[in-house]
Amino acid sequence: MITKEEVGHVAHLARLHFNEVEQEKFTSQLNDILMYIDRLNKVDTPDIQPTTHAISLNNAFRDDVVKESLGRDLALTNAPDEKESCFRVPKVIE
Amino acid sequence: MELNRLTIHELQEMIKAGKTTSSAIVESACNRIDAVEDKVNSYITLLSDSALKEAEEADEEIKKGNIKVLTGIPIAVKDIMCTKGVRTTCGSKILHNYIPPYDSTVVKKLREAGAIFIGKTNMDEFAMGSSTETSYFGITRNPWDLERIPGGSSGGSAAAVAADECIASLGSDTGGSIRQPAAMCGVVGFKPTYGRVSRFGLIAFASSLDQIGPFTKDVEDCAILMNVIAGYDPMDSTSVPMEVPDYRKYIAKGIDGWTIGIPKEYFIEGIDPEVSDAVKGAMGVMEKLGAQCIEVSLPHSEYCVAVYYVVAPAEASSNLARYDGVRYGLRSEFKEGDGLLEMYKKTRSEGFGAEVKRRIMIGTYALSSGYYDAYYKKASQVRTLIKRDFEEAFRKCDVVLTPTVPAPAFKIGEKTDDPLQMYLSDIFTLSANLAGIPGISVPCGYTKSGLPIGLQLLAGHFEEGKLIQAASAYEKHSKIEIRRPEI
Repeated sequence: MITKEEVGHVAHLARLHFNEVEQEKFTSQLNDILMYIDRLNKVDTPDIQPTTHAISLNNAFRDDVVKESLGRDLALTNAPDEKESCFRVPKVIE
Repeated sequence: MELNRLTIHELQEMIKAGKTTSSAIVESACNRIDAVEDKVNSYITLLSDSALKEAEEADEEIKKGNIKVLTGIPIAVKDIMCTKGVRTTCGSKILHNYIPPYDSTVVKKLREAGAIFIGKTNMDEFAMGSSTETSYFGITRNPWDLERIPGGSSGGSAAAVAADECIASLGSDTGGSIRQPAAMCGVVGFKPTYGRVSRFGLIAFASSLDQIGPFTKDVEDCAILMNVIAGYDPMDSTSVPMEVPDYRKYIAKGIDGWTIGIPKEYFIEGIDPEVSDAVKGAMGVMEKLGAQCIEVSLPHSEYCVAVYYVVAPAEASSNLARYDGVRYGLRSEFKEGDGLLEMYKKTRSEGFGAEVKRRIMIGTYALSSGYYDAYYKKASQVRTLIKRDFEEAFRKCDVVLTPTVPAPAFKIGEKTDDPLQMYLSDIFTLSANLAGIPGISVPCGYTKSGLPIGLQLLAGHFEEGKLIQAASAYEKHSKIEIRRPEI
C-alpha cells in the first residue's frame, strides 16, 4: 500500500504538485494499479535475465566526424525566455 | 467520383494515366474535412492551405513525368512526429506552442517520396491512453458512431482515414496505439518490428516499446507506406541495419500450406461474442485458403498488462523529465522570489494532464530507491518470459491470429474514471510491443449495431512480409462487405 504521504514524496521527486483532493484521488488510483501489478509476484523468476530491449543490439559506434548541427539560433527559437544566446531561468544561486 | 475515398495505389494509377491531378485529390480531402471535421475532430492542426499549394507543385512535377511513389497523395501524421516549422503538440498543453526546427525521419522520407501533408492528427496526451479522450485539444469521435471513442492513442490518425479526411496516415504504437484504433475504426493498422522504422523525431513515450507505423484503407497501401518508412537510420541507434524487402511483393501470394497459431489464452471469458464469432469466421477463411489453424499457448499472457504498466510508465517518467519549461514548451507564470524548483513544479503541474501525471507517478515510484527490484526488475524478467512464449509459438506456426481488441469501440466517458479498466482494453495488443514483434490489424466484420471489428495477426521479428502476405490474402477472400461510415 502506498500512503498519501508517500504520494507527496514521489510527486516531489517527479517535480509535480498536487492539492489535497488530487493527492487523495491519486493515492487511491495508484493503489488500485499497484495491487493489480502485484500479480507479477505469482511468477517465479529466480534466474531469468531481465529484458530491457526486445531486439538484441550492439553498441552503435561511428566515426567522430564533425557534422552540421542545429545551431544556436534555431535551438533557441522555442525558448520561453532567453538572453544573450542563453536560456534564461529564475535565479539559482543567492 | 469522390477521390478522397480511394487508396494510394488506385490514385497513383489515375495520376499516371492522367485521369486526375494532385490538386483534385487534395481538394476532395479538404472538402471532406470541411464537411465532417467539426463532428469528428481528427486533427489538431490542419494544413489545407499549404497542402493545396504543394498539390499544385506536385502537378507540375507530374506534367514533367516525375512521379514518385507518393507524389500528390495527401497524408496525415500523428501530432507526435516532429514536422519542421509546423506546430507539434503531442496532444499536450506543455507543448501547445512547440514548433520543431527539424523533421522526424519518417516525415522526411514521406516528403522525399512526394507525399503532401494535410494535417497533424489528434491523440491521447503523450500517446498515453486508449480512447483519444485525454488530448488537450479535445476528444476525437468515432466516425462509425459519434457517441463512441475511436480508440487510441492514435485515434485521430485512425478516424481521419476511416472518415476519408485523408488517403492514409501515420501513427505510433507503444502498447497497441495503432492496431487498437484501426480495429475500432475499421481500417488497416500496422506496427512494425521494434527497430524497423526510425524513431528519430518521434516524441518519446516508452523508448523500448515505441514504434511508428501506417494506417491505410487496404493492405496494399500498408505495404506501400512500409516501403517508404522502413529502414536503418544513423540518427536512431536502435534502428536495425537490415535490408528491407519490397513489401508489395507479398501482396496476392496466398497462404497455402501455412500454419496459423491460435493462442488459447486470447479467447478468454469476457470477450464480446460478436468479436469472437467474427474472428472465428476469419479462421475459417484462412483454412479455405489452404492454411491450417492450430492451437498454441502463450502462457504468460495474463501478465502482459501488469508488465506493461511498470515498464512503460518507468520509461515515460524518465523521458518526460525533459519538460521543465526551460528550453521549449510551456513555462508557467511564477512569482518573483520563486526558485527554479518552483518553476519546474508549476510548469509540469499545469502542463500535464491527469493520465500523464498518473503514469509519471507510477514510473517514478517503481524506479525510486527500494522499489526498483520489486517492480522494474521483476517486470523486465516477466517480459523475458513473454518474449520466450512467442519464440516458442513461432517454432510451430507462421503467424499468430487473435482478436485485436476484446470488444468494439466503447462509449465516450465510459472508462475515463477507471484507469485500470481503460488499460485492460489493450490486453491483446501489449504483448507485441513487449516482445518487439510486428503486428497488423485488418477489418474482419461488423457488429449488429454496425461497429467495425478487427483481426490481429502477429509474426516473428522482422517478418513484416508474412503479415502483409497473410493479411492481403485474408482481405481479398474474406468477402467482407465494404462499408463507409455515414456522418
